[in-house]
Amino acid sequence: MSNETASFGEILIYLIGGIVFISGGLFTAWIIRPKRPNEEKLTTYESGEDPLGGAWGQVNIRFYVIALIFLLFEVEIVFLFPWATVFGREELIEATDGLWGWVALSEMFVFIFILALGLAYAWRKGYLEWDKPEIKPSDFKGPVPTEKYNAINHKYSKFTSEQPKK
Amino acid sequence: MNWMTTIFYFFGAITVLSALGILFTRNVLHATFLLMLSFFSVAGIYVLGNASFIGVTQLLIYVGGILILMVFGLMLTTKLNGKALVTENHNRLIGVLLGTVFFSILSYIIIFSANFEMLKSNKTLPENAVEFIGINLMSNYLIPFEIAAILLLVALIGAAVISEKRKEKQE
Repeated sequence: MSNETASFGEILIYLIGGIVFISGGLFTAWIIRPKRPNEEKLTTYESGEDPLGGAWGQVNIRFYVIALIFLLFEVEIVFLFPWATVFGREELIEATDGLWGWVALSEMFVFIFILALGLAYAWRKGYLEWDKPEIKPSDFKGPVPTEKYNAINHKYSKFTSEQPKK
Repeated sequence: MNWMTTIFYFFGAITVLSALGILFTRNVLHATFLLMLSFFSVAGIYVLGNASFIGVTQLLIYVGGILILMVFGLMLTTKLNGKALVTENHNRLIGVLLGTVFFSILSYIIIFSANFEMLKSNKTLPENAVEFIGINLMSNYLIPFEIAAILLLVALIGAAVISEKRKEKQE
C-alpha cells in the first residue's frame, strides 16, 4: 500500500463521518419529533408560495450547452493537475538549465489557448446567450392615480432606507 | 482478511448492487442516482488499486460531469408532463437470452484470457503517480497532449453547433 492510497483513507473517514452525522441527526429527529402531518405541512416548501405542478417539468435547453462546455473544461482541469505538480520543480528546472519551466509553461498556455478559442467561438456565435422571456408592459390603467401612490410611498419612506420610486 | 480487502469488497458490493438497482428500477431518475453511487464506488476501487489519479478523474468527470449531463438530458425531455418518467419492459425473453449469452461470452473471455500474472510481477509503481504523469505529459507525450486540446476544441464547437440546430427546430 503506497502513501497515496493511505491518504485516501482519511477521505474515507471524512465520508463515513459525514454519513454518520447526517443520518444520526435525521434518526434522532425521527425518534423525538411528534408526527402529526396534514396537507399543508406535506406540500413542498417554496418560500411561502404554493407550488404549481410537480418537479417533473421541462427545463430550458440552454442549460445543456452550458453543461457541455463545463464538461470540456473539466477535462482540461484533469490535464492541469499533473502539470501543476511538476512545472515548477526546482531539480527539473536546474537539470535542464531553466528550459523545463519555460517549455511546461508555454505548452500549457498553448493548451488553454486552444480551448479558449472554442469558448470564444461559442461566445461570438451567441451560443452562450440566454433566451430571456419578453416582458410586455400591459396597457392596464388602474383607477388609483399615480400621485396617490407617490404620496403613500413618500409618507412611509422614513420607515425604510429605500427612497420612493418616481 | 485485512481491512484493505474489506474495503475493496465493500466498494465492490456497492458497485454491483447499485448496478443491479439500475436494472430493476423503473424510475429513470432513481437509475441516474444509482449510477452515481456505482461510479463513486468504482472510483474507490481505483484508489484501492493504487490508481488514485484515475479515481479522482473518475469522480471529477463521471460523477461531476457526465452525470450532470444525464440529469440535464432527463430534465430536457419533452415527454415530461408533471409525472415521473418511468421505463417499460419489452421483449423480455429475447432480452434475457441475449443478455445471458453476451454475459457468458464476456466472462469466458475475461476469465480464460486475462493475464492476472501482471499483478504479481516485480514492476514497481511510481511513488507519486500524479507527478509521474505530469513529467511524462510535458516530455514524452507533449504532442498527444496538444492534440487532446484540439480534440476538446472540436468537441466544444460540435456540441455548441448541434444544440443550436436543435433549438431552431423547436421554434
